[in-house]
Amino acid sequence: MIILNNEKIRELEKKANDIRQSIIEMLVEAKSGHTAGALGMADVFTLFYFHILKHNPKDPSWEDRDRLVLSNGHICPVLYATMAHSGYFPLEELKTLRKFGTRLQGHPHREYLPYVETSSGPLGSGLSQAIGMAMADKIDSLTVSEKSRYIYCFMSDGELDEGNTWEAIMLAGKNRLNNLIAILDRNNIQIDGNTERVMPLEPLADKWRAFNWHVIEVGGHDFKALNQAVKEAQEIFEKPTIIIAHTIPGKGVKEFERDYKWHGISPNKEEAEMALKELRDRRPI
Amino acid sequence: MLNPKLKLNPKIFNSDVEQASTRKGFGEGLLKAGEENKNVVALCADLTESVHMHLFAEKFPKRFIEVGVAEQNLVTVSSGMAAMNKIPFCGSYSIFSPGRNWEQIRTTIAYNNRAVKIIGSHSGLTVGPDGGSHQMLEDIALMRTIPNMEVFSPCDAIEAKKVTLILAKNNKPSYLRLVREKSPIVTTEETPYEIGGAEIFWMPDVGLAKVGIIVTGELVYNALLCAKELETEGIKTKVMNLITIKPIDKEAIIRLAKECKAIVTVEDHQIAGGMGSLVAEVLAENYPVPIEFIGVKDKFGQSGGAGELLEYYGLGVKDIKEAVKKVLKRKTS
Repeated sequence: MIILNNEKIRELEKKANDIRQSIIEMLVEAKSGHTAGALGMADVFTLFYFHILKHNPKDPSWEDRDRLVLSNGHICPVLYATMAHSGYFPLEELKTLRKFGTRLQGHPHREYLPYVETSSGPLGSGLSQAIGMAMADKIDSLTVSEKSRYIYCFMSDGELDEGNTWEAIMLAGKNRLNNLIAILDRNNIQIDGNTERVMPLEPLADKWRAFNWHVIEVGGHDFKALNQAVKEAQEIFEKPTIIIAHTIPGKGVKEFERDYKWHGISPNKEEAEMALKELRDRRPI
Repeated sequence: MLNPKLKLNPKIFNSDVEQASTRKGFGEGLLKAGEENKNVVALCADLTESVHMHLFAEKFPKRFIEVGVAEQNLVTVSSGMAAMNKIPFCGSYSIFSPGRNWEQIRTTIAYNNRAVKIIGSHSGLTVGPDGGSHQMLEDIALMRTIPNMEVFSPCDAIEAKKVTLILAKNNKPSYLRLVREKSPIVTTEETPYEIGGAEIFWMPDVGLAKVGIIVTGELVYNALLCAKELETEGIKTKVMNLITIKPIDKEAIIRLAKECKAIVTVEDHQIAGGMGSLVAEVLAENYPVPIEFIGVKDKFGQSGGAGELLEYYGLGVKDIKEAVKKVLKRKTS
């Protein structure tokens, strides 16, 4: 993996800021959708699409590409915005989010947008699908080396309430899937409130460890630390790795940050203008 | 008489007719599919021998995945494997898969359009002694309503083996309904089978049939017994084996209705949403005729022998005969 120098970090910070602006623009146009998680994961998506992932936007079905499964499909504004900024489709198309005839369905659908690895939305099934992909590669005896690919799964903390998720966690631990790296968006909110009030997840790292996963906890807005965590995950040869990325829901717009109310709603015109101004003012030079 | 073109089992009406379960036929088919194509993989939720996946698991241990008692994971992991060009057959009892994991099947397999083969064994009342909790009577309804999904319900072990080999090649999300109990072998290796084609297994020696009996699964044998007895009473019938429930062979059903002008449907499943409902949908729209439905009438099953349960819930040979006579009266009145 290429070393992340300060120049590259500044470039990623700018890109993440642009992606956040796109997210706001999409959501205000769509008049519905999920704001908090999309903004919160903008740094992780930026790092992956512009630094970590082995992919080719000009050849989306390239067989050797890494696979990135988005389990919590509702944060798809950040997926779509990042893909557009990477060159998968024109930025203009982002404004069609959630509208009739769009490729950018309210939750990702691969029949409409074939560049996404899975259709998703209903929570708790993405990790299993990533496991299926990782096991298929194991059967084909793809060993983890510079040439081989990784299966990444982005998932939410709220979907850890789902039984299906824990069935998946057990199976990946049993089969020592070291080609599987999951990134958990630990933003502590879900629709009904704080995760620890709705259904306590802590001690979360201990739970994953008990299921034979390698666990790394990291700040979800720290490019250097995130990059280092993925590097470490790739070096683990006995276990699958979970990177618990602590993120701030609504990150980048003070008004939206850490407020669970922004989980499932979109900004109105005034709120969007305010958010866009704040983001533009804070864009690194 | 048995349709001579189909080369059905000539010993079918003998008392020593060979018997085997459809799950056994599936297991043999899966092994053969695995030998023919290295991309065929199998996944099971702690029921490997019951679903007859052990033959495959022993021969191809690296291509067999045990997920434990976790049916939601069973189908979602299968979806991920299909995304990497594997051909996953995932097996459990139908009460658990698709009973437990329907939304995962809908979203990650059908909506995703991944060619996973969902194998639901131990369907219907014939599970018997295990009781109502384990007698899956709603799976046809659950699966035939999902877009992209194909649904198959073979009549005997030979047909189950044939359809398994076809599923390994059809590149579609598919559901295969199997039963635990042995049932008489109705077909032979030479009997033709293709997806979507509903065949007439029984027909009058001469002249037109008065009633068309459409039947799916192991009850095809009972329907044939019934047709033979009715023939001696002077009632001419045709018996159609509906192995492919989806995509449905509309033309064959309409053709049968046009000839007979009265239909009886027979299935080991709830009448609501089942194969009979599907036949009614086709005929109501295209060629309405009186229909009598043989199936479970909005009830749960209970413990007992397969035969006594079929009789108690109105699915016995006697019940099929009565339904034929009833629909005949409705037709002429």
